[in-house]
Amino acid sequence: MAIKPLLTKDFATENLHQLSVYEKTGGYAGFKRALEMQPDELVELVKKSGLRGRGGAGFPTGNKWGFLPKGMYPRYLVCNADESEPGCFKDRYLIEKSPHQVLEGILIASYAIGCNLAFIYIRGEYLPQTEALETAIDEARQAGYLGKNVLGKGYDIDVILHRGAGAYICGEETALLTSLEGYRGEPRLKPPFPAVKGLYGKPTVVNNVETVCNLPHIVLNGADWFAAIGTPTGRGTRVWCMSGHVNRPGNYELENGTPIRELIEEHGGGVWKNRTLKAFQPGGASMMVLLPEHLDVALDFDAIQKAGSLAGAGAMVVMDETTCMVDAARRYVKFFHHESCGKCTPCREGTFWMANLFDQFEAGDAKPGDIDLLLDIGYNIDGRSFCPLGDASTWFPRSVIKFFREEFQEHISEKGCPFKKSVQEAVA
Amino acid sequence: MALAKATAEQIKDLAARYPSRQSAIIPALWAAQHEQGYVTDEAMHEIAEHLGLPPSLIEATASFYSMFLTRPEGRHDVVICINAPCMLRGADEMVAYLERQLGVRDGGTTADGAITWHSTIECLGACGGAPMMQVDHRFEEDLTPERIDAIIERLRTTPASHDAEPKRPSPRPRAKKSQN
Ligand SMILES: Cc1cc2nc3c(=O)[nH]c(=O)nc-3n(C[C@H](O)[C@H](O)[C@H](O)COP(=O)(O)O)c2cc1C
Ligand code: SF4
Repeated sequence: MAIKPLLTKDFATENLHQLSVYEKTGGYAGFKRALEMQPDELVELVKKSGLRGRGGAGFPTGNKWGFLPKGMYPRYLVCNADESEPGCFKDRYLIEKSPHQVLEGILIASYAIGCNLAFIYIRGEYLPQTEALETAIDEARQAGYLGKNVLGKGYDIDVILHRGAGAYICGEETALLTSLEGYRGEPRLKPPFPAVKGLYGKPTVVNNVETVCNLPHIVLNGADWFAAIGTPTGRGTRVWCMSGHVNRPGNYELENGTPIRELIEEHGGGVWKNRTLKAFQPGGASMMVLLPEHLDVALDFDAIQKAGSLAGAGAMVVMDETTCMVDAARRYVKFFHHESCGKCTPCREGTFWMANLFDQFEAGDAKPGDIDLLLDIGYNIDGRSFCPLGDASTWFPRSVIKFFREEFQEHISEKGCPFKKSVQEAVA
Repeated sequence: MALAKATAEQIKDLAARYPSRQSAIIPALWAAQHEQGYVTDEAMHEIAEHLGLPPSLIEATASFYSMFLTRPEGRHDVVICINAPCMLRGADEMVAYLERQLGVRDGGTTADGAITWHSTIECLGACGGAPMMQVDHRFEEDLTPERIDAIIERLRTTPASHDAEPKRPSPRPRAKKSQN
């Protein structure tokens, strides 16, 4: 699958973040082309391309745009740059390397849906990235790509960069909109979906950074060209964020359908320290663990789902034979407990109890019934929470209990973590 | 302590930028924190006044977000990630080393007032460079004890305020009330 990367193809170019350099690589040609088209044509084009959202849920982008009720204005576009899923650092990379590509994508999406004021919601921790986008917005404004009567085409568009302040839940689109309205970032009931009743009660599209980065390329090269890349239900590429026990962690943009093995072994240089692979986790903290037997599964929404996990936000966390799976699950559970917004009981209380139990496993205080108790708490959170954060907090730990139950048992019988002990013995 | 005149002006400008002035709450809290290092009750009342909103609303919002500080901290802010992807690359060892070198517990400030540090379970988005930390909101990746020593040395001798403000390329054009 030797396809050239799309979004990252010019990332080796020096100073690509500067407008003049970005323009030399073909930047803003997509937006100019888009302005020659009718907005409806653009929506059809993106529908036909098969582009699916890269923020986690994989929803078809063109269809989402198509849900906006006719004749209701103003409409808003919000670019979701809140990237906080543990294991994910691709949006950060896309922003750092090519902030204008993000902005161009936002401008195309805004024009397509008839929006005159777009927002970028960026997580508070991304300070250098905030600066990169601020600079890009200023440069683009000076060059006439945004403002009144853009490029003389009679279209007005402005972009507001809005900095969050540390809350994972604000990545969830309804919580994001609530936060953007100045409130505590708690999710809202869906329906009504943001497309109908979003920011300030107006029709709103929320799209991920990587999603919008695809738009200039689709506009320039056409829907058929894009649809020929990847798999029938997973068009295009994805930027995979690889971390953990590999020789070369980092971001890798690969065509959808590439085997996971190629990502880990070729691009990542394989498992580090000549150790063997124990498990890996696609998608981010929320997603279920997969095993070495799944290495030939394709990097693709549907293929990964069939294998028992989810592609989510494009993370790939690799774990070698020395990994304590109980401790890995413990960290994620503590993360979800920390980030639970507190609005609903199953998640607020359930993640607390799961985190408590995991601490007991770690400390060597867990009792034989505690494995089933964990599962029981998990069942009572999943499907009973107000938003997917609660549900997803249970997926990784439950999958780890399914595949590595003996590690939990060892924590009970050995009164503590067998992996830490073996490390301490090896050092002594 | 009242907010500086420039900060107050900035907050009023912010209110005019958004279709709803309530959206200016988080940016206003940032502005207050950038100026004063943390968010005081007085600052929240002032923000409420400038935005024409009840103080309770400002407080409700401020208390939700983990990056708004409610007490003064050291000149520099060090946050080290201990979530799973960092744990896999040795974050616990780095935390132990940092704690030993700084001589204060997680959440504490060094005696010279230079550094406040804490570990976090919140992923900071640098798993490819794990173990990592953020120093005044800027990334320090691929940590080793030697790198940590060099960073500490630098922080002890630099005066920068602990709460870094994004550097602006050029002044923002004054926004007119748009939309709606
Ligand atoms: C708990 C939670 C956190 C999320 N965090 C993010 C995020 O950081 N960035 C993102 O783009 N989408 C995130 N999402 C998905 C958004 O709700 C939304 O589906 C997405 O931004 C839509 O963009 P897309 O259609 O381009 O994928 C999150 C969802 C949930 C439930
Ligand atoms: S599931 Fe968790 S994060 Fe979502 S609304 Fe309930 S408490 Fe908040």
